[in-house]
Amino acid sequence: MENRSSLEGHRKSLQDNRDSSEKRLISLCAGSGCGAYGTDKVYKILLEELEKQGLADKIEIKLTGCHGFCERGPLMVIHPEKIFYSRIQPEDVPEIVETTLKNGEIVTKLLFKDLGTKKKLETEAEIPFYKLQQRLIFGKNPMIDPRSIDDYITEDGYKGMEKALFDMKPDQIIDEIKTSGLRGRGGGGFPTGIKWATCAHHDGDRYVICNADEGDPGAYMDRSILEGNPHSVIEGMIIGAIAIGSKQGYIYVRHEYPLAVDNLTKAIDDARKYGFLGKNILNSGFDFDLKISRGGGAFVCGESTALMASLEGKPGRPKAKYVHTVEKGFRDSPTNLNNVETWANVPVILNMGADKYADIGTEKSKGTKIFSLVGKVVNTGLVEVPMGTSLRTIIFDIGGGIPNKRKFKAVQTGGPSGGCIPEMFLDLGVDFDELSKVGSIMGSGGMIVMDQDTCMVDVARYFVDFLKDESCGQCNPCREGLKRMLEILDRICAGDGVEGDIPVLEELGEMMQKFSLCGLGTSAPNPVVTSLLYFKDEYEAHIKDKKCPAGVCKPLFYYEIDADACKGCTLCAKKCPEIAIVGEKKKPHVLDNNKCVKCGICYEVCKFGAVKIM
Amino acid sequence: MEIDYKKIEEIIQRYGTEPEDLLMILQDISEIYNYVPPVLVPFLSQKLNIGESLIYGVATFYKTVSLEPKGKYMVSVCTGTACHVRGAEKLMDALENDLGIEEGGTTEDLEFSLEGVRCIGCCASGPVITVNKDTHGGLDRSTVLESIAQYKKSG
Repeated sequence: MENRSSLEGHRKSLQDNRDSSEKRLISLCAGSGCGAYGTDKVYKILLEELEKQGLADKIEIKLTGCHGFCERGPLMVIHPEKIFYSRIQPEDVPEIVETTLKNGEIVTKLLFKDLGTKKKLETEAEIPFYKLQQRLIFGKNPMIDPRSIDDYITEDGYKGMEKALFDMKPDQIIDEIKTSGLRGRGGGGFPTGIKWATCAHHDGDRYVICNADEGDPGAYMDRSILEGNPHSVIEGMIIGAIAIGSKQGYIYVRHEYPLAVDNLTKAIDDARKYGFLGKNILNSGFDFDLKISRGGGAFVCGESTALMASLEGKPGRPKAKYVHTVEKGFRDSPTNLNNVETWANVPVILNMGADKYADIGTEKSKGTKIFSLVGKVVNTGLVEVPMGTSLRTIIFDIGGGIPNKRKFKAVQTGGPSGGCIPEMFLDLGVDFDELSKVGSIMGSGGMIVMDQDTCMVDVARYFVDFLKDESCGQCNPCREGLKRMLEILDRICAGDGVEGDIPVLEELGEMMQKFSLCGLGTSAPNPVVTSLLYFKDEYEAHIKDKKCPAGVCKPLFYYEIDADACKGCTLCAKKCPEIAIVGEKKKPHVLDNNKCVKCGICYEVCKFGAVKIM
Repeated sequence: MEIDYKKIEEIIQRYGTEPEDLLMILQDISEIYNYVPPVLVPFLSQKLNIGESLIYGVATFYKTVSLEPKGKYMVSVCTGTACHVRGAEKLMDALENDLGIEEGGTTEDLEFSLEGVRCIGCCASGPVITVNKDTHGGLDRSTVLESIAQYKKSG
């Protein structure tokens, strides 16, 4: 593209084509979640079947990024009616082609069934999972093939960049971001506009960086944005570069996200071909280019100074922040770093206007936030809601509650730096400030739901074990503190906990929070500290009674079959790999604890709740 | 093992001999050999004009690079939080039994390596494993074995 009017002309012709197309559009989710359930096979058979039934030239298939409802994958939306089919198996495809595409009727068995009303729902808009969301960032995913820059342009893509290049001065862009109230979505929640302004204020070769080293276990919204709509991040970074006065940007993305790397690489190449990156962008006189750097699987590299060290080709070890990175960061130059979701919000703000954007959310947290709702919840997936939406709405109304008639126990938010929130706080609205009042954080948006079968001591041990591996080892409090904590927790889970373990854990936690060098260390004890706060009884059961009430820590429980509840269906005996269960049909079964290896299969398969944790 | 130095030079050229791209160069070398053969360390040191100690430092700091041989198929069991609460440990047990190696190990015929990884970002489909670049989701003890069977040598 030579200039603004050639881009506008191109967009108009693309939109005219879209609006006048007589082809039926099928949007097939090819995000990582659906991919893991076999989208590839469905796609292949769909192509064959369309050919076979003579519809190939009447249908357009878009392989898109994540639609969010990953639990139900593979997902398909058929336009213009927006019929929503889920859990599609390759063998369902001929019927879809015949019944829906040829005859215009619905394949009922592929519709979503509302668990409450038992009604089958035909479109996304009717399904509670989608109905209660506000998808500012994610909404366009189902209309965009992430490998097509034209698809993004058709959906008003790169309009924000045009405004920033031709209609606004850098200061005005920064003011717009300040007015919007946008805060860093990586978890820190620092006001983005202020960060930009401070960086722009320092002289030198300024850099902009996208932190796509999404390391929090249980969070994958950044992955899905990069895979599903990479141009939104690129556009956000171009706008940021114009505002800050940067000529070079970097996207630091995890090597473990190969599809994100591929789609991003293609998107950058295409943006360069279209003249949105490189010299003299759209003849505006502004130069900016982007480079991808692949991270090496180190959690600590999500910390800004460690990430910059890694970008420089060194081991990613954090530095003390006596001088902020906006003044002296990458290559000792002023550097502005934001995470993927933050960058993706930028074009949205410029397009809808800062004031309108600021109407969404709470007083101090504006806009929407994407949460990865996972763990023991019926509807797992990515959920985008206005800031301030309550945990209860997210977990029970959107998420559909806890599966298998189990009871809710806690929700873990904020990844390894966050904490476990018990039932009594479920009505809290989720934003940057609210959850910290009860000892957790919103963080980058991980939300792992736990039920009665989750042991809170085991979860704390899990996070400490994770962080012990990921600690860079530079400072004592973090390196040694985590090791000692893990030793104690390992002992407790093995049944060797002693009186006095809890105070030592608390003391270690306080020491690490006060004296560690970087954010990883200061927040590392949070999972232990919050679980001690709300679930001390579980710790005490492990230490004093030598019991694991949830039935997770193997040395601390055994299974027993309740003779009154057992109907003698024989299922547990059939499934037991150790032949530890015996009994006659329709008579209570008996479990031999000398043979039992506590694999839990009998507990999971029993439909009558007769297998008890003792 | 024969090292194809021409290929290594091509990889370095792709990044323009910037020492800043060391990690990506090591990752690309791993794509060819499944690990970074230590004989390449002095070679890279000379080509990129950086110390061998820095190369060792980087190669041992990051998990995506190994200086020890790995299997043709890297089986990674996700042990992220969501997979953990849904029973990732049980998948690991089943795979250890099936492949006859412990977590972190490689089979003698260099076909399979087994490792636990922290969150691969497929949390909704947990528990999941990846085999090289393929992802398999929604697994349990028995389906996990079905999903790796296809990678085994026939007969």
